[in-house]
Amino acid sequence: MKEQTLSQRLHIDIPLLFGLVVLCAIGLVVLYSASGQNLSLVVRQGIRMLIAVIFMILVAQIPPMQLSRWSLWVYLAGLALLFLVLGVGYVGKGAQRWLDLGLFRFQPSELMKLALPMVLAWYFSEKPLPPSFIRIVVALVMILVPVVLIAKQPDLGTALLVVAAGGAVLFVSGMSWRLIAVFCLLAAMCAPVLWFHMHDYQRQRVLTFLNPEQDPLGAGYHIIQSKIAIGSGGLYGKGWLNGTQSHLEFLPERSTDFIFAVFCEEFGLIGVIMLVTIYTLIIARGLYIAASAQQTFGKLLAAALVITFFVYIFVNMGMVSGQLPVVGVPLPLISHGGTSVVTLMLGFGILMGIHTHRRLLSD
Amino acid sequence: MLRNLVFKDSDQEIRLIRGRIIFTGIAIFVLLLVILSQIFYLQVIRHDHFTTLSQSNRVKIVPIPPTRGLIFSRDHVLLADNRSSFSLELTPEHIPDLDATISRLRKIIDIDDASIERFKERMRKNRRFDSIPLRFNLSDEEVARVSVNLHRFPGVDVQARLNRYYPLGENLAHTIGYVGMIDEDELVHLDKSNYSATSHIGKIGVEKAYEDQLHGQVGYQQVEVNAQGRVIRVLDRTPSVPGENIYLTIDVSLQKVAVQALQGKRGAIVAMDPRNGDILAMVSSPSYDPNLFVNGIDVKSYNALLNSKGTPLLNRALQGKYPPGSTIKPFLAFAALQDGVRRLDDETWCPGWYQLKGSSHLYRDWKHQGHGHTDLHKAIVQSCDVYFYDLANDMGIDKIDDAMSQFGFGSRTGIDIGGEASGLVPSRQWKQRVLGQPWYPGETLIIGIGQGSTLVTPIQLVVAAAAMANRGHVIKPHLFEEARDALNNKVISTDKTQEVHMINDVNDDDWNQIINAMHDVVQGEHGTARRSGRGAAYQFAGKTGTAQVVGIAQNEEYEAKDLPEDLRDHALFIAFAPLESPTIAVAIVVENGGSGSSGAAPIARKLLDHYLEEKSPARG
Repeated sequence: MKEQTLSQRLHIDIPLLFGLVVLCAIGLVVLYSASGQNLSLVVRQGIRMLIAVIFMILVAQIPPMQLSRWSLWVYLAGLALLFLVLGVGYVGKGAQRWLDLGLFRFQPSELMKLALPMVLAWYFSEKPLPPSFIRIVVALVMILVPVVLIAKQPDLGTALLVVAAGGAVLFVSGMSWRLIAVFCLLAAMCAPVLWFHMHDYQRQRVLTFLNPEQDPLGAGYHIIQSKIAIGSGGLYGKGWLNGTQSHLEFLPERSTDFIFAVFCEEFGLIGVIMLVTIYTLIIARGLYIAASAQQTFGKLLAAALVITFFVYIFVNMGMVSGQLPVVGVPLPLISHGGTSVVTLMLGFGILMGIHTHRRLLSD
Repeated sequence: MLRNLVFKDSDQEIRLIRGRIIFTGIAIFVLLLVILSQIFYLQVIRHDHFTTLSQSNRVKIVPIPPTRGLIFSRDHVLLADNRSSFSLELTPEHIPDLDATISRLRKIIDIDDASIERFKERMRKNRRFDSIPLRFNLSDEEVARVSVNLHRFPGVDVQARLNRYYPLGENLAHTIGYVGMIDEDELVHLDKSNYSATSHIGKIGVEKAYEDQLHGQVGYQQVEVNAQGRVIRVLDRTPSVPGENIYLTIDVSLQKVAVQALQGKRGAIVAMDPRNGDILAMVSSPSYDPNLFVNGIDVKSYNALLNSKGTPLLNRALQGKYPPGSTIKPFLAFAALQDGVRRLDDETWCPGWYQLKGSSHLYRDWKHQGHGHTDLHKAIVQSCDVYFYDLANDMGIDKIDDAMSQFGFGSRTGIDIGGEASGLVPSRQWKQRVLGQPWYPGETLIIGIGQGSTLVTPIQLVVAAAAMANRGHVIKPHLFEEARDALNNKVISTDKTQEVHMINDVNDDDWNQIINAMHDVVQGEHGTARRSGRGAAYQFAGKTGTAQVVGIAQNEEYEAKDLPEDLRDHALFIAFAPLESPTIAVAIVVENGGSGSSGAAPIARKLLDHYLEEKSPARG
């Protein structure tokens, strides 16, 4: 056996880590501007990122086989917590998404973003692929139960991401195109039913997305102001800390969900291309890890995590630039907020674990 | 463990998954390109459009109101001031729920229903992005209480504004007038850009007549605002140009004497410099407080003023129409000499009554026993009615018409603040036109003693008295003395004496004769106002007038004490002084004040004493 490098011993994937660190750095720089130069807020976010990175490295130590064995229990524990939160939510007022653990607020729905692809990857890797119809139906139930619970909280953004994570496993596991088409059709037919079960504000968001100019001072205001921020940034941007749309408070949620608009305004198209390139590199590395994983479990889980990461980016950018309805999905590692950072980093820790625990066959 | 030994077609499975991963990679790449193309569309293709939107979001042009010019009297007393006061203002555009905001504000400071009503009224007349005052004159404590809560009230602001204030209040209300909130009609005719920041405009009086000079030029500032509309910083600034300070011809000390003299009475006093038309004092009584109107008077107070029996809103000096009574006699006498209808020594026998040929109607003299042999001088001094019945009869209505008109009666004097009545000098044509009746000779007699349809305003009386004083110059009265630059106090414009016309008379002595007679009215042995002339340190001339409010039947006696007050005679008096070179002419009307000699002449004496004696050492 060759001498192991430090990174190999720590089960760290250097390209992935490099990409994530660059992303976090960009995130802190943009957050400083978007928060109105609130240094203590940036420092707190930096500490969260650091903690998340430590968690990532810890998780990377776990061999994928171990994860596979734990996945059903993690999933069941997640479901239990979701029920618990729902119960507490009825006691409290309005949306209840988290359990308060003092320093960190723990959102069981965040855990589901990891637990669901894990349990599905485990479930599908047990039998030869492509999965049978029965298994697909079982998998769908496993997806729908937590999704319904999360949507009831109500947290449409997270529900969407959980669906994406579960769906990704189904897709990568080789579910037939014909079935995919059928399910898409079924989903489309369910849309009206979904519509009637939406909260008013959720419906309003969809309507607003369809025609933002209809209500420029009300619900459409966010999208219009966001587009103005992006558009006025131009090719080179207005410069760091010089975004008038964000600094004069025309942009809503500018340090969280709409931080991409701040980025666009201050760094322009050049900046956006660089940011998207970094995301692309991370995704490419992730897909490479998925493709080169040795076990089916690892392949499915890695691919699902990468796809989820992409869905974050796509939904957030699409929403901020007015192509998708407004749903609460943060821009990964840029938006302010602790829980999504931890979840994302844990996901990348799993990716690293899958990659670094390969048995080296070449010697 | 057995399960793991189940045969799996690894190669096929690996190929399947790899295929799906490659597909995923391509799909992700394409979708990211879609996002990028949208960003490209927004940032490059529509960049200019969004830059414009971003600029208009960010930069607002805020007009700066000019400071309104001040108004001073000729003796440099401040008559109209700008006082800074804080007002609570709301911008409806930035307020999601107006009613809720107002009711929350009411918990912080006191806002009465009338204020809210007026606010809503103003809101209808203004644009949604205008800042509209809800409460004026906030106390320091109220300012503090609102200020600390401002963050909870988007679209609400405390504004320091300059408020018009009239220190003399009622004393000069009718002359200076007042400013008020710009109303819809005015908005239509205004220079919108110059008034874009102005909330008040001159409504009446000097404030209205000299609006252009007083207003000034609007300034502008470019400001950066945030999403709530709050100003973050000023980018560029063009200062406003303050309005001109206006100096009036009013002599405040004389004005106050005049106001005092009419205290509790209804009537008007106008004092004018006969040499140039400067209005020295102008009083209409009762008066009102112009400060009530500045920020909008409430309906209750306004109705109280409107329905008050004394009609305080009426400017009697310019709009009050009165029968001139005997004050008309010197002017008719002059015209008679001018036209040769009478010579000085022509005498009329006055038995106490006059009768037209072929008529049994008796035209009475105010003195029952009669004046006996009466020449022109005596007729004026003792105000003999019979002499003037006869004179009027000889002149005829047409000549009387001309005689009165040449002194300015029957037409507006053209005073610079406008708003005056033209009064009425009856003529054949007038009667035919208005009443559709021919002229009867009997009416001419009545006109000859200043009764009948003739109506004059106090300002006309003073202009006519001044024309007598300066021997024929009918001058346009004015209140404007000069306008000065508010910044450097340089005189920008001054008034010019404007002569309406000159009364032509071949014999200059006619003037002397009439003026002498008027002198003897006040300072002669038998003058009707001799009590008011007694002991004066200067020589002056005057003429009493007693105007009937109700007709007295043929054989009834007029007893003032038997009549309700508002049917009693009006007391009138005109005067000018000093006799040789007059510097002041006055006209006084006291409604239902009784006879001119007792009700009005003493007031004139007070004014002249004040102006010529008490003040003269101080005057230049």
